[in-house]
Amino acid sequence: MGSGVLDTARSLPLILASSETEYDFMIKKLMEIHIGDTTVYLTTTHVALICVSIFLIVFALIANRVLLKADPDATPGMFQNFLEIITDMLGGMVDGLMGTNAKRFVNYISSIFLFILICNLGGLFGLRAPTADYGVTLPLALFTFVLIHYNGIKKKKGKHFLALFEPIPLFFPINLISEVATPLSLSIRLFGNVMSGTVLMGLVYAMFPLFIQIVPIPGIMHIYFDVFSGAIQTYVFCMLTMVYINDKISD
Amino acid sequence: MNGISDEAFVHGMSAVGAGLALIAGIGPGVGQGIAAGHGAAAVGRNPGAKSDITSTMLLGQAVAETTGLYGFVTAIILMFVKPFD
Repeated sequence: MGSGVLDTARSLPLILASSETEYDFMIKKLMEIHIGDTTVYLTTTHVALICVSIFLIVFALIANRVLLKADPDATPGMFQNFLEIITDMLGGMVDGLMGTNAKRFVNYISSIFLFILICNLGGLFGLRAPTADYGVTLPLALFTFVLIHYNGIKKKKGKHFLALFEPIPLFFPINLISEVATPLSLSIRLFGNVMSGTVLMGLVYAMFPLFIQIVPIPGIMHIYFDVFSGAIQTYVFCMLTMVYINDKISD
Repeated sequence: MNGISDEAFVHGMSAVGAGLALIAGIGPGVGQGIAAGHGAAAVGRNPGAKSDITSTMLLGQAVAETTGLYGFVTAIILMFVKPFD
């Protein structure tokens, strides 16, 4: 009974193109590196991350050069305007939420904002979005976790841990779980959103030859999953990082 | 049940479980809809605060979406990581 159903399913021309081959949206191994007894793989995520890093570094170097050479009296050029819009928006975003503490965090928040944004937009340029790998989003969330508690301890010393026993000591386990769940939910939120976009785009591309003749659906889906969803999730990640940090250092 | 190998049974049940895990999408859908509705009402009452309302709404929606994404991640793990093989 079982094999008959499977054979019929395989002959159906639906999920079709990809059912025989490897799924297009999974992380692929590109190279094996042997270190002692362990084998480390170089995957598509690494390549995409290197591409994103090189892009951001080159962009930053050019931006630095342009701004250093900028003439205060002349009309700013196109690129300088663009840079000023970015800095202004990121500065306003951090300033609006953190107020007096904004100065200390604006650099970090702006960096991860640009990094995650370019990572999420990577799907548009044929990369496999690096944030669709849990190994990328978990470290990002752990940075947030460390920042939260470093700043909390710095601000309130021992009282930082007393907050775990509020309102009554009986709540200690619940408070502990909610602290540990913070980086987990941050990372899974980003990973899940980007991954769902990647999976859906992979499935759409698997039936691309059929679809392209009817309507340009992949393009519209790219706009939604990569641009809209990616930008929203970037914003949310940075906002939540700021909210959590602000929670610990303000009173 | 004769004729189904253990492996095929596990795979099939994993697929069923993945499908069931996505029922988790109902909650965030309802919640985000409510948030968007109240956001629209708030903009209608106070159009000047549109940007503040929008950012607050998006933040709340993203947090509400988390439970749905837990379901999605569970489904992905069941389908592609195959923990029960």
